[in-house]
Amino acid sequence: MPARALRLACLPAFALMLGGASAPHLVPDVSQRQIDIQYSFKGAELLLFGAIAYPDGRPPDKPADIVVVLKGPERPIRIREKQKVAGIWVNADSMQFQSVPSFYAIASSRPIEQITDERTTAIYELSITNIQLSPTSFSDTAEIARFERGLIDLQQREGLFVQRPGTVEITDGLLYRVRLPLSARVVVGDYTAETFLIQDGRVVAAAVRDIQVRKSGFERFVALAAERWPLPYGLAATAMAVLMGLLAGWVGRRV
Amino acid sequence: MDLYLPIANLPVNTVFIIGLGGLVGLLSGMFGVGGGFLTTPLLILYGIPPTVAAASAATQVTGTSVSGVISHLSRNTIDVRMGVVMVVGGTIGAVIGAGLFSLLQSIGQMDTVISLLYVLMLGSIGAMMAWESGQALIRMKTGARPPARKRRHHPLVASLPMRWRFYKSGLYISPLAPLLLGMVTGIMTMLLGVGGGFILVPAMLYLLGMTTQVVVGTSLFQVLFVTMAATLVHSLTTKAVDFVLALLLLIGSVTGAQIGTRISRRMQPEYLRVILAAIVLVVAIRMALGLGWRPDEIYTLEVR
Repeated sequence: MPARALRLACLPAFALMLGGASAPHLVPDVSQRQIDIQYSFKGAELLLFGAIAYPDGRPPDKPADIVVVLKGPERPIRIREKQKVAGIWVNADSMQFQSVPSFYAIASSRPIEQITDERTTAIYELSITNIQLSPTSFSDTAEIARFERGLIDLQQREGLFVQRPGTVEITDGLLYRVRLPLSARVVVGDYTAETFLIQDGRVVAAAVRDIQVRKSGFERFVALAAERWPLPYGLAATAMAVLMGLLAGWVGRRV
Repeated sequence: MDLYLPIANLPVNTVFIIGLGGLVGLLSGMFGVGGGFLTTPLLILYGIPPTVAAASAATQVTGTSVSGVISHLSRNTIDVRMGVVMVVGGTIGAVIGAGLFSLLQSIGQMDTVISLLYVLMLGSIGAMMAWESGQALIRMKTGARPPARKRRHHPLVASLPMRWRFYKSGLYISPLAPLLLGMVTGIMTMLLGVGGGFILVPAMLYLLGMTTQVVVGTSLFQVLFVTMAATLVHSLTTKAVDFVLALLLLIGSVTGAQIGTRISRRMQPEYLRVILAAIVLVVAIRMALGLGWRPDEIYTLEVR
């Protein structure tokens, strides 16, 4: 996290050095600042949009590109790999990654490799394969890469890592918009939507919006109760089961 | 219609889960088993995390066994003294199970152990039941009398110290035997979300040598209270009891159980047991194959 904060904080200064007063900046927004997970939650679609503000109000002759990254809270993850041992598949090797974003979606106005070089892509984590997962292992890079591939593949199929090149629409070089899907399996927490303006392969402006994903209503109450008051929660679940059984027995005797 | 499960953290198809509960309830009503042995694997196949599946299945078994216990109480076919000893054992087992649970999770072998236990347990019980009910069917057809039982209870049981009288079971044995039996099922309830009825019943019949009339009632009695204990222990340790999931399962299973009981009254018990044996064996074989097949996912993630 600190690395990203530093990177973003440095940007204006960087831009000033480059172009002085002529540096553009971004005015981003999202369709929902807060996403409520409720009984009917089946995932959500977020609209990320905004304006590119150029000092003279006109877009440059050579159009700039927009990259939007939506990121969920980072968590330490242990990934286990199954191997066939004595005829059955069991978890054998495992690896620990310290900072795996629980959700990562990236969209861009053109494929990333046409927008910027590999170095910039790596610095700003502008593709799924460039997410800093921070493995805590000292094993050889081939092994780390194998686990990273497994993790990324799994997350992509679960809809938790999403890559949508070429989906950011830019209108008149000034307004941009893109839709990103939020999987139903997302975890609660603080999400960030980062927007990057890239010109001639360089990031010239960046901005962040925070999005809060949380459970609400009954779902929030249940999750909270299970966490904070485990004994009453367990008793309530047991009582519910007994009552349902009694009720069915009572109805059954009368039908 | 989809419904979001607050603990499992995913949406499920309501009709599917209620239907699954109904199917399990139907079987439990027909055969007098808790049905947890079907709920947990089916929920895992559906994509529910194994811990949540086992915890919520235990809660469901509580609900399905309630009406059975009440009807057995009214018919006076429960050896309460024996039942209480087994419940005490079961509660101790649930706590031991919780320890095993976190140990297995930390070394990442939870899935394998769950599957292996299922295969071993269902395989052996299913084979035993198939053999036994097959014999019963043959006897029914030929009209031969069942062979006389050779011994009351297993010699190991007789060798345990301290003896209590269990009048209703017609036994004078050490309470350690039912206590240990209760402990084993308690551990299994915790790990697998099964009530353990289909282990208890044969064990009570063939290891303890209890009077047949009180076996099913007493086993249900133990299942009811031990699944309650397991739900509580799960709430306190794994925090994996999903209230909404358990409620959906229960809506289906308590209804199914009532229907199942009615069907069972119209069928001959010999046929019922053959069918149950077949179902148990099919689940066991499916899980055994699952261990050997290349799994869909080679990698699994765990937040820690």
